[in-house]
Amino acid sequence: MAYSYGGGELLSDISVKLAPGSFHFLTGPSGAGKTTLLKLCYGALLPTAGTVRLLGADVRTLQRDDIAMLRRRIGVVHQDVQFLDHLPVAENIALPLTVSGRGGAAQGGDLEELMAWVGLTERSQGLPPELSGGERQRAALARAVIMSPDVVLADEPTGNVDWEMSQRLLHLLIELNRMGKTVLIATHDLSLIRAAKAQVQARVLRIANRRIQLAGADL
Amino acid sequence: MKLNLNALQSLTHSDRQADRVVPPSGFTARLTLFAAAAMAFLAVFALALSMATGRLASQWSAELARTATIRIVAPLDQRATQTEAALAVLQTTAGVQSARALSDEEQSALLAPWFGPEVSLDGLPVPRLIEIIETSDGIDAAGLRLRLSAEVPGAVLDDHSRWRAPLVKAASRLRLLGWVATVLIVATVAAMVTLAAQAALAANAQVIAVLRLVGATDRYIAQAFIRRFTLRALAGSALGVVLGVIAVVLMPSGGSEMSGFLTGLRFQGLGWVVPFLIPPLTALVAFAATGAAARRTLENLS
Repeated sequence: MAYSYGGGELLSDISVKLAPGSFHFLTGPSGAGKTTLLKLCYGALLPTAGTVRLLGADVRTLQRDDIAMLRRRIGVVHQDVQFLDHLPVAENIALPLTVSGRGGAAQGGDLEELMAWVGLTERSQGLPPELSGGERQRAALARAVIMSPDVVLADEPTGNVDWEMSQRLLHLLIELNRMGKTVLIATHDLSLIRAAKAQVQARVLRIANRRIQLAGADL
Repeated sequence: MKLNLNALQSLTHSDRQADRVVPPSGFTARLTLFAAAAMAFLAVFALALSMATGRLASQWSAELARTATIRIVAPLDQRATQTEAALAVLQTTAGVQSARALSDEEQSALLAPWFGPEVSLDGLPVPRLIEIIETSDGIDAAGLRLRLSAEVPGAVLDDHSRWRAPLVKAASRLRLLGWVATVLIVATVAAMVTLAAQAALAANAQVIAVLRLVGATDRYIAQAFIRRFTLRALAGSALGVVLGVIAVVLMPSGGSEMSGFLTGLRFQGLGWVVPFLIPPLTALVAFAATGAAARRTLENLS
């Protein structure tokens, strides 16, 4: 597939398949199109040529609400994490359950367990603006996985956190992969990729000159 | 995205968590509440005016429609003769239920407002008046005029149509204006709610982005806004109607015939129900207006 914007082609001849349960990194220089490709992977953008199949469905044949339903099976963590600032952290994390009409499920122990998993139990009733960068990323990760999605997409999840926190986040993502989730992380942080490859079988895709290629063993 | 019965049902099924996803927006909340209350208050008066003029038109029409008057304008020595002749003509005229000449006392009473209670008709060239009550079929005014001109030269028939028609027409127009004002008020509510909803949706673009990111459908997002604005419009409108009805109740009632219109603005009978139809109507308008605004805004934000 290809994606153009403003008269210029940002991505061309992209052909990639994320197998279920796989772990991928997407790397490349700033502005190469990592975020754009990620957005194409969860239907926030539509390809201008070719097709994108989300969990087997061609996005170009889907209505907006159909894509919304598919997104419930795709957890997304953005670099610039966005929350509903007027809701407590716990309610933000439970938001995917709320919008899918399963708000009652957020009252159970699963949410508490998830909050503990990302180490935010004590911050559950705080508001998002009160969280640090690392806490926001962990809250976003918890929100991304609360629906037990098939796929987790993370865009520079460690971009705003220190090394220790980035390792903690990486560990959480690897844990998710071990649970059978497909994970795709867009990052330009090569040290993060190396740390992950020491723990998990990960493929590294590199975007360069609008095209995607499998990165070599140097990573 | 279609606003169907499910969307309407969602208004009555409160989902506390779903309600909370849209942040409370003070400005648009106050604007919607105030606009709905103010418009409902005005609508109550427009309806009161419309219904009062409707009653007035009916009353005038009923009071004047089945009566007529004959004036006998003749020299004093012929007045009694011509009055008798006119009454004789009326006895054989189809459509006349009853006819009688007004007594001196009755005519004096009619002139009292201008000449005082002690007026004597003896020295005044006052025409004799004959009051005619018509049957439901009414009289043939043109035919009666012809007969009177031949048999009673001093008789002038007044079937009140020249008074009744413009008055009834004016009252009918005023009633129509009242309804037009009500429709305009409802349209203004729709416009205000649309503007407020659009402002709220635009101000919450980030909220919408987050909701979409976590899998919210456009219908879910729209309903969150629709529910909020519909309930605000309903609450504001109910407040405005209650205040408007209280104001109408507090208006003076009764009084003389001359002040009947100004003191007759109160609703009557089933008319009291009509203002209480305004809040559900406003809510329905707000529901449709917010739905249209949400549909447009969500389309543009995609």
